[in-house]
Amino acid sequence: MSILVITETRDGQVKKAGYEAIRAAAKVAGEMGTEVTAVLFGADDAAAKGMGGYGAAKTVHVTDDRLALYANSAYAKTIRQIAEKEGADVVMMPATALGKDLAPRLAVQMDGAIAPDVTDLVVESGDIHAVRPVYAGKALIKIKINSVKKIFTLRPNVFSAGTASGDEAAVEAFAPELTDDDFATKSTGTSIASGKLDVTEAVNIVSGGRGLQGAENWNLVEDLASVLGAATGASRAVVDAGWRPHAEQVGQTGKTVSPNLYVALGISGAIQHLAGMSSSKCIVAVNKDKDAPIFQVADYGIVGDVFDVVPALTEELKTFLA
Amino acid sequence: MNIFVCVSHVPDTTTKVQVGGDGKTIDPSGVTYILNPYDEYAVEAGLQLKEARGEGEVTIVCVGPDAVKETIRKGLAMGADKGLHIVSEPRDGFGTARAIADALKDKAPDVVFCGRQSIDYDGWQMSGLLGEMLEIPSVSVAAKLEIADDGSFAAERDIEGGSETITSKLPAVISAQKGLNDPRYPKLQGIMQAKRKPIEDVEPAPYENRVEVIEMSKPPIKEAGKIVGEGPDAVKELVRLLHEEAKVI
Ligand SMILES: Cc1cc2nc3c(=O)[nH]c(=O)nc-3n(C[C@H](O)[C@H](O)[C@H](O)COP(=O)(O)OP(=O)(O)OC[C@H]3O[C@@H](n4cnc5c(N)ncnc54)[C@H](O)[C@@H]3O)c2cc1C
Repeated sequence: MSILVITETRDGQVKKAGYEAIRAAAKVAGEMGTEVTAVLFGADDAAAKGMGGYGAAKTVHVTDDRLALYANSAYAKTIRQIAEKEGADVVMMPATALGKDLAPRLAVQMDGAIAPDVTDLVVESGDIHAVRPVYAGKALIKIKINSVKKIFTLRPNVFSAGTASGDEAAVEAFAPELTDDDFATKSTGTSIASGKLDVTEAVNIVSGGRGLQGAENWNLVEDLASVLGAATGASRAVVDAGWRPHAEQVGQTGKTVSPNLYVALGISGAIQHLAGMSSSKCIVAVNKDKDAPIFQVADYGIVGDVFDVVPALTEELKTFLA
Repeated sequence: MNIFVCVSHVPDTTTKVQVGGDGKTIDPSGVTYILNPYDEYAVEAGLQLKEARGEGEVTIVCVGPDAVKETIRKGLAMGADKGLHIVSEPRDGFGTARAIADALKDKAPDVVFCGRQSIDYDGWQMSGLLGEMLEIPSVSVAAKLEIADDGSFAAERDIEGGSETITSKLPAVISAQKGLNDPRYPKLQGIMQAKRKPIEDVEPAPYENRVEVIEMSKPPIKEAGKIVGEGPDAVKELVRLLHEEAKVI
């Protein structure tokens, strides 16, 4: 009756969002008197044991070379087989690109349903209730899944992974039964911009808006980001103008982010932008218009010209963090 | 080519959301509804595929009460051939997918397009649910798509830090991401023609909704932030606050 948690690996490394999901699930499992079983595709035995440091009692280690690259049907079928073997009715996974693609296929396979992109989980009257933003963050709903089988995808960076304890999970290897048909859809490879942090995974983000006035001024954003070890983001106006790639767009038609620190430079704070970043823990805005809506959500603001303020901020932080 | 495009009828992005009297859904009064922005990429993908093949039919599919006909007509005005209106109140992603899958099962779709998410419930799940229910492949968040004459295709989907290429074969369900194409604007002639294009009404067999809203609320209002100061002079104080008060650096 354990809770299954699907983790994700990239180049053999377990992604942080997977540890966050284990930690969140362990809390729920504790309240429900059960345990967490992590599921790990690929990676090594040490990674499988390491799941214990975040609260998993056991790791089911999927060892099948055919699953080295993502294939949604094959992954869904594998997880269904593990859930059956473990008697697990509840499956949690990060709401990453992979998790969001996999969860619906799994839900139908398991004859259950999904609570997607959840930002809070509470156990009430013996049932798991999930809280999630809707209407681009303009409202929150608390939902429950009425089918026996329940799948939750958890928004990355919202649940804390904490620090790993020395505990080790028991490890069990698992070889799924799959046919060629299960690989009707398969990944033939990924293309990842090297050395660049993605906004959805970054702890800190520095984003620029139209106030930067042109692609040629992006060194202001990049310099500040590099001092903070931050990913760079952008508003849609900037992406539409072709100054930055769409992958950096934060907002309703871009990515949803929840970093510890979000710095908005020359961004007005339109509702569609806020939709993507208002769950950031600390928001800093620099804008020359004191009435810009971004100041309504910012924790700290400086009214001023980005061309004066940002270089000064970068210098100050450089000294401070040295 | 038998092409279906699932569209969603959603409040305009700038709508002020108020919780309705039932405490579970929004108050619809004064809300303008639009064709879900991501679904415009899906409609465009369907039209382009038909044009590339030089044959076929594009059907706009929508689950909802009478008012959604308006949204189906927007797809028809862009150039789709006909509509399929599943007359039922959508309550959750699972039930909506069930109703669509039931309606499409006997229609032998070659491809079903939808948007990556609808901007009301932001569920990101329709393509996968439909794919599994119809027992055909699915690809979500496709920002690029190339379909060969034999129906094999490669889609590039956005993932963290880059993209992933997925290969598969039609029939399939594909959800559209911004970047897939530039949706066309309906022309006046298209809008006039849309009024005469057929929309078939179907009553779904009873189906199950599995996710229940217990309550809807407004997110806690953040106190308007602290303006630390003006210009570069405020920088020192900002850094101090980020360290000592917010503890983020
Ligand atoms: C369906 C739909 C979806 C959308 N999705 C998104 C989305 O995902 N993400 C998104 O960001 N937007 C989205 N938008 C667009 C959104 O409505 C805004 O147009 C956009 O966010 C504005 O970007 P901006 O703040 O950079 O530019 P602007 O609105 O032009 O604001 C620029 C800001 O910079 C300030 N400024 C100018 N010069 C300086 C200077 N020298 N120093 C300091 N400050 C300066 C100005 O005071 C202003 O506040 C969407 C819109 C629609 C209709």
